[in-house]
Amino acid sequence: MEVGQLQRSFVEYMASLFREISAFAFVFVVILDLSALELMYFAVLIQKGFLDAQFSQLQQLQDDSNPDFVVEVVSLFFEDSERLINDLTMALDQPNVDFKQVDAHVHQLKGSSSSVGAQRVKNCCVPFRNCCEEQNTETCLRCLQQIKQEYLLVKNKLQTLFELEQQIVAAGGAIPMVQ
Amino acid sequence: MEMFANSSSISKGMEEVVASDEPHVLAVDDNLVDRKLVEILLKKSSCKVTTAEDGLRALEYLGLAAHQDSLTNSNGSKVNMIITDYCMPGMTGYELLKKIKESSMMKDVPVVIMSSENIPTRINQCMEEGAQIFMLKPLKHSDVERLRCQIMQCRG
Repeated sequence: MEVGQLQRSFVEYMASLFREISAFAFVFVVILDLSALELMYFAVLIQKGFLDAQFSQLQQLQDDSNPDFVVEVVSLFFEDSERLINDLTMALDQPNVDFKQVDAHVHQLKGSSSSVGAQRVKNCCVPFRNCCEEQNTETCLRCLQQIKQEYLLVKNKLQTLFELEQQIVAAGGAIPMVQ
Repeated sequence: MEMFANSSSISKGMEEVVASDEPHVLAVDDNLVDRKLVEILLKKSSCKVTTAEDGLRALEYLGLAAHQDSLTNSNGSKVNMIITDYCMPGMTGYELLKKIKESSMMKDVPVVIMSSENIPTRINQCMEEGAQIFMLKPLKHSDVERLRCQIMQCRG
């Protein structure tokens, strides 16, 4: 994708995100630097709560000896989450729901989302565990719906972030390190 | 399906003879993402890492499982440290810790417990049973330094 085209689509995308932030007044400057673009995108993901500080921790663990660490861990998170969401769907579809099993799956999901910094997904897990304790199938199903939604959102955001990083590297740049 | 995953952290240019000096850590966690994370943290502390996905497999690796006898070829003598999650299905990290401390061969090997929950009674219980340190999840970059210190201590 040609850089100018990428910039335009990103500016449009971020403008749509920024429109939701009533607290900020943004003056839009044409962004010539892809790295600045990526930093801004990342800042938005943090600001909107999709990612938390733990994601930055993962970035700090990436170096020349583990150059693909973040992508690897996040890919495992995607794999794991999709499997867990399927297991949860099946478990809640049973005539006699095994709430202990459901809770065990949610505990796993809470763990992995917490470890990668997928904050919104993690936050959905707490009320879900409460619903398991109450053994309420209906509220559990609602929680599952929430989790599916949040998971798909963060997956989309992370894939966009990685694509942007690939573009930077392909264009000969270096991925900015966020401290 | 592979029960254990072995990885060497030999960096480029290092020789085999130096690599054998690297501490060998057994990391136990039922969560896929957390296993990867702890593996990287340990590699950054220059360790050889073996991962296991639950307590029973960890005991089998160490040669301490109920069905194994002292003549079983075990890896226990090679392991310099064990790091385990607390909440695991089947056998908790605490139960694994107890089994390790009951073994004459493994009782002096430092055991680190990790947990996502900060529960003082749980922490005390593990420390009283002989855990070296208790770490809160999610693990961070700064935990590399803590692990490095533990490893230096356990080699000295």
